[in-house]
Amino acid sequence: MNFEPVVFWISGSLAVLGALGMLISKKAVHSALFVASTMLNLAVLYAVQSAPFLAVAQVVVYTGAVMMLFLFVLMMVGVDSSDSLIEEIKGQRLLAILGGVGLIGFFVFLLGGSIYRDVVGVENADATYGGNLQGLAALMFGEYVIIFEATAALLITAVLGAMILTHRERITPKKSQGQMAKELFAKGDYRGPLPPPGVYARHNAVDTPALLPDGSIAKSSLLDPLVARGDVRPVDYDDIAEVQILSEGLGLVSDTEPEEKK
Amino acid sequence: MSPDAYLILSAIIFAIGAMGVLMRRNAIVAFMSIELMLNAANLAFVTSARSWGNLTGQVSAFFVMVIAACEVVIGLAIIVTIFRSRRSASVDEPSLLRW
Repeated sequence: MNFEPVVFWISGSLAVLGALGMLISKKAVHSALFVASTMLNLAVLYAVQSAPFLAVAQVVVYTGAVMMLFLFVLMMVGVDSSDSLIEEIKGQRLLAILGGVGLIGFFVFLLGGSIYRDVVGVENADATYGGNLQGLAALMFGEYVIIFEATAALLITAVLGAMILTHRERITPKKSQGQMAKELFAKGDYRGPLPPPGVYARHNAVDTPALLPDGSIAKSSLLDPLVARGDVRPVDYDDIAEVQILSEGLGLVSDTEPEEKK
Repeated sequence: MSPDAYLILSAIIFAIGAMGVLMRRNAIVAFMSIELMLNAANLAFVTSARSWGNLTGQVSAFFVMVIAACEVVIGLAIIVTIFRSRRSASVDEPSLLRW
């Protein structure tokens, strides 16, 4: 039994559906996936037409490399960059559809029945070289070796071109971490740790405000929920004075500067 | 199976690709449509190779694949460069030269 028509109708219709999906899906990522499915189905059609090497190359080169490169650039450019639906030129979409249908008609008229001989099949050609891959290799490195070398030069040129196009020269020197920290603090917003509550006081509970050197309350040490509830403990200045007298008596606080050791 | 069916399928995919180039505004999608057209041409090459019993068509399809790979690399690099300076990948945006 010949499976070829079955494979052709399934893969062929899937390929056309994928192409149509590419055409009508609004998001570019969906378009890319539809094109990948079309390419896979075309690989099946190559395989069924006794071109196994091209089928594998199609999967590896197109769906593997080219479409992944497309997806990579899509992620870089921004996935949400969907098409605007406003027509820039009036009636352009309708004209494009008409042109496409006309193109199909033209090709069908041109190609339909243009192959008037029986299908030969590449089996004999394969057999003369000892296989499809061997045959392709013999042609590529024999008859078409000049073209093959030219494509090699083209590939190298393309790689260099892509590198030059996407290369960006650094104009300003790279900032060091110290410079970035200085710029941050120069803006005026304080990035260091805030004073903890309870410092300079007898209590170290969180509702005790920290005191600044002049005895006033440091606002940044207060916790917002406690302030909102009104649960901030009032500063007991008598207590502080008592602590100061005690520490002076112990010789912990002295007004004179400590003598420098020689 | 008659090669005409394959050729007509290739024509349909090529025409859809051409419509994509004309209709889609996103440069990357327009570029994918070009890839689709190259694939359709490849299908026609493989079909012709089979109907003439000659491997040259398959070699041509292989060379088309190589050219397509080069073209994708350069085209995407150009799109990335344009996007970097203009923050847009739409083919309608670069119309500064219009009055």
